[in-house]
Amino acid sequence: MAPSGKKPLLFLACSIPFCLLIYNGITNNLTANPIKEITHFTGEWTLNFLLITLAVTPLRKITGNNALIRYRRMLGLFTFFYACLHFSTFLALDHFFDWAEIVRDIVKRPYVTVGFTAFILLIPLAVTSTNKMTRRLGNNWRKLHRLIYLIGVCAIFHYLWLVKADILPPVIYGLILCLLLALRSPRIKFKSRKT
Amino acid sequence: MLIKTPDPIKPSQITDKQQYLNRRQFIRDTTKFGMAGALLTSATGLILPAETALAGTKLSTVKNHEFSTDEELTPYDAVTSYNNFYEFGTDKRDPASRSGKFKPQPWSVAIDGECMKPGVYDYEDIIKPHQLEERIYRLRCVEAWSMVIPWVGIPLGDVLKRFEPTSRAKYVSFTTVMRPDEMPGLRRDVLRWPYREGLRIDEAMHPLTILTVGLYGETLPNQNGAPIRLIVPWKYGFKSIKSIVKIEFTHKQPKTSWNISAPHEYGFYANVNPEVDHPRWSQGKERRIGDFLKRETLKFNGYGEQVAALYNGMDLRKHY
Ligand code: HEM
Repeated sequence: MAPSGKKPLLFLACSIPFCLLIYNGITNNLTANPIKEITHFTGEWTLNFLLITLAVTPLRKITGNNALIRYRRMLGLFTFFYACLHFSTFLALDHFFDWAEIVRDIVKRPYVTVGFTAFILLIPLAVTSTNKMTRRLGNNWRKLHRLIYLIGVCAIFHYLWLVKADILPPVIYGLILCLLLALRSPRIKFKSRKT
Repeated sequence: MLIKTPDPIKPSQITDKQQYLNRRQFIRDTTKFGMAGALLTSATGLILPAETALAGTKLSTVKNHEFSTDEELTPYDAVTSYNNFYEFGTDKRDPASRSGKFKPQPWSVAIDGECMKPGVYDYEDIIKPHQLEERIYRLRCVEAWSMVIPWVGIPLGDVLKRFEPTSRAKYVSFTTVMRPDEMPGLRRDVLRWPYREGLRIDEAMHPLTILTVGLYGETLPNQNGAPIRLIVPWKYGFKSIKSIVKIEFTHKQPKTSWNISAPHEYGFYANVNPEVDHPRWSQGKERRIGDFLKRETLKFNGYGEQVAALYNGMDLRKHY
């Protein structure tokens, strides 16, 4: 199958967490505190997709398969999709549009501040993801999209600062992020690339 | 004009248990569905109320009206499926799903420290001499959610007096059981095990403080701290230590697990207080499990009339 032919499959795969969320909602399977559960679920999947998106370039480097680049945009947009769900949960379900409380949270709680920063920074990346924008921005597009590294760092601190006692999950995510960023270094080379 | 008259009859007195459990369950299902609906916009489906399993043994109790609230009870199913009990894991579902191997009987509690009658007492020795009471209390978790739970227990003070604490007993310290084979959460040092909590002696002797052995008229399920736990309704939930194996009268303020873990976030007192935020989130509001909108958190979780005097002259910002 041509790589582009796999795109619908990838789309379906990326929708699975969302379908699971709907299914668990309908079957009353979101714990006794569904709003918290939805927040955690969507937050976790935003981060998962962020890291999957960041894994494309290293994977391409390791496997030498340049066609992988075709999937990066969709993965990035799914990151944004889950981030929108996560943020809407915060606005609409958790705070029910209590704007004073929302602003206070964003300003006063460092973990929300960095999460919010990550979300805001994702917006220009999503907006400039079209072919037209890529072409129009030229070299600036690449520079702009380097923001994703900063977004990754913000997301890790967001997670690290919100856990109560068990810091293992955010630490693991953090190590994965470090690895994915380190593999980009031009000093790290893979044999398969030359073949 | 609408005139509200307080209803002296509580729902649990006129409706049989299974019936009110089912009704509460149904209300919860529909609220949840509503929430999911808000997110999904379009969702159709048949909702069947989940089976409410009642595994415990019936306890014979008298109801304590003086201290019970008549607020709507949190369904049994929610009370027993959404728990913080890190010895079984840190996910709220872990205590219910990973506590199957835990054996709450036989059980004994070691009494130690500044008292005339230290020793190891069987569960029966501790409970038998007392009349079990049902008390419907609000429970406010430090994570800003809350429940209303019909506990079964006895005033802790009545039990402690039998061990004849001396004048040097200024505090009471409690320890949770540590059984790595039965409690998978103990494999990792998320907190410093064993879990420890403590109260000042006057807090321990306060009539609201109960040693709890059941909920909804039956023995405690493992996930709720079987077979014997503390309930201090005006403090954040983590003070109400579960599965107690040791009670010690001390002269000095005892070390407590969450305070050791993050001293600037969890104090020794941990009184519910909307005026003192957790450093990372607001304590001004809480979500009652089953509700969509948050409600205002009450100082001392609404038990200020009974307990505020314990803290006269204390700066509760400093002693959080
Ligand atoms: C790219 C952006 C973001 C990512 C990757 C992200 C990721 C996460 C993750 C991984 C969690 C923890 C899930 C768990 O404990 O299982 C979480 C929780 C949470 N996030 Fe985000 N988040 C982002 C943006 C935001 C924004 C913009 C807000 C609100 C303004 C927000 C508010 C929250 C809240 C309230 C929680 C739950 C905290 C608690 O347990 O009380 N997040 N997020």
